[in-house]
Amino acid sequence: MSLLEVDNLSKKFGGVTALDGCTLSVEPGNITALIGPNGSGKTTVFNLITGFASRDSGDVRFQARSIAGLSPDRIYGLGIARTFQLARIFPRLTALENMLVPVRRAGLRGLFSRGQWHEEKSRAMEMLTFMDISHVAASLGGSLSYGQRKLLELAAVMMARPQLVLLDEPAGGVNPALLERIGEHIRELNQQGVAFLLVEHNMPFVMGLCHDVVVLHRGTVIARGTPSAVRENPVVLDAYLGA
Amino acid sequence: MTPARRTSALKGGALLVVVVLALLVPVFAADPATTNIAVFTTMYVGLATAWNIMGGYTGYISLGHAAFFGFGSYALGLLLAHLGIAAGYTPFLFVPVAGILTVVIALAIGWIALRTRAATFVIVTISCMFILQLLAENLVGLTGGGSGLSFPVPTWSGDFFNTPYYYAMLVLALVGLAVSAGIRRSKFGLGLLAIRDDEDKALAVGVPARGFKLTAFVISAALVGMIGAVYGYYVTYIYPQFVIDPLVGLSMVLMVFLGGLGTLWGPVVGALILEPAQLWLSYNFGASRLYLVFYAAVFLVVILLLPRGIVPSVTDLVVRWRHGSAAGPAGGSSETREALAAPGVRSP
Repeated sequence: MSLLEVDNLSKKFGGVTALDGCTLSVEPGNITALIGPNGSGKTTVFNLITGFASRDSGDVRFQARSIAGLSPDRIYGLGIARTFQLARIFPRLTALENMLVPVRRAGLRGLFSRGQWHEEKSRAMEMLTFMDISHVAASLGGSLSYGQRKLLELAAVMMARPQLVLLDEPAGGVNPALLERIGEHIRELNQQGVAFLLVEHNMPFVMGLCHDVVVLHRGTVIARGTPSAVRENPVVLDAYLGA
Repeated sequence: MTPARRTSALKGGALLVVVVLALLVPVFAADPATTNIAVFTTMYVGLATAWNIMGGYTGYISLGHAAFFGFGSYALGLLLAHLGIAAGYTPFLFVPVAGILTVVIALAIGWIALRTRAATFVIVTISCMFILQLLAENLVGLTGGGSGLSFPVPTWSGDFFNTPYYYAMLVLALVGLAVSAGIRRSKFGLGLLAIRDDEDKALAVGVPARGFKLTAFVISAALVGMIGAVYGYYVTYIYPQFVIDPLVGLSMVLMVFLGGLGTLWGPVVGALILEPAQLWLSYNFGASRLYLVFYAAVFLVVILLLPRGIVPSVTDLVVRWRHGSAAGPAGGSSETREALAAPGVRSP
């Protein structure tokens, strides 16, 4: 059974068709890339999966349960986390506080229990150490460098132990050294059992990291398979090079 | 003693001194003119603190909180009238009931207003306030309409008359501060601050933003409603434009901005400065509403010179002075440190 199933999803913004019967799946434990030319609907897929936009038709299932129509906070609670295209963190909270914001299960106990607060805090410090940014724990989010923000955002969404993480351009705007580190972190988290679905333009990064590649073009999936198979696929080359 | 412990011991001591001084005000200055100032100043400490729980923590600026002030006032007045409760101390026992009734109306208004964000939210809260004012004026059978509503008047002697009201206001202000501090140090409070910074991102990490905002809104409104109830009993006669007064709503906002938006003590500092100043102006320049010009001037000064308010700016100055100017902003803003003082986030 697939972890995530996107089934025949369609979405129009006014007269523009963003998604047209898009179908894809993410297998448990896999790192899946979602690639495609600009405007092919990748971010729309993300927004529909995570509840930031409503679908026109089709369905999204997570662990065989339909999650279409749920609010973003509920979806996060079920175990799907996401990052944003330009790293989004809370600028007026410290890095450590950024780590403590995520709520897996709301409820009075979770929100006011001191024991859980301490537990979360030590886990937050562990995650910051894992991402090599524990030295900025007390700095305000707004004072961090772009790279540190990217790492912080990834670390923070991991706080609620999601089973699936959606990364919107993890390689966007980062230098090669940091990119390597981000790739390593994703791989390590993946080895711990976390599945990833990522939108990315950096092909070497995608090819080196992902188990599966899904190619989106004009809102429809035109190919999927292993990185090498997709790379050789003439339909994909056509879509990218614009025939 | 570690520096962190010494700081918190110092803070605790300072807090104790302030509370004891506040408790002793009617003993030292028993004349009605002074206790009257004390009643109104404490009232605004409570109002600004309550408003800050919503406006400061979530960043949702409500300019319509006067609605809850007036509603609480009417709620107590009508309760006393319909239950036939005589003047004395008993009416104070019904203040929490007025608070609970305010919760009901705040849930309704919040449920509507919180469908919007930013500027639209501001407008919706103002509109709701005027709707409530119109209702108070037109539901003559219930509220007495424009001819107002009278409270029972206690027979306490002149010098003592203000004292019970002062303590009632003080209790509400302290409750407000305790609630505000508790929220500030909880995961719920952190969620509110996250909503202030980036609401969509907060949703994406599981913060149930609607529930959080509505809860903060209702807590804030309930405190304001209870303070309004005591106010009504204090002034003994209310009518719609007087008690659902936009200026009351604006004053609490201005006090929070002056003292420091989203900080625990900012609203207290703002109220302690502005309210006595306003009363002084009223006494010395008659009822000429000159204080409105003063308020406008203060607002301009705050926006231009102290955009973050007194408490954050002064705290930063102190930190810079302690660590020498070379340290610069590395120590983080006062917000950082206040937040770091949250349980579990304290550095060892």
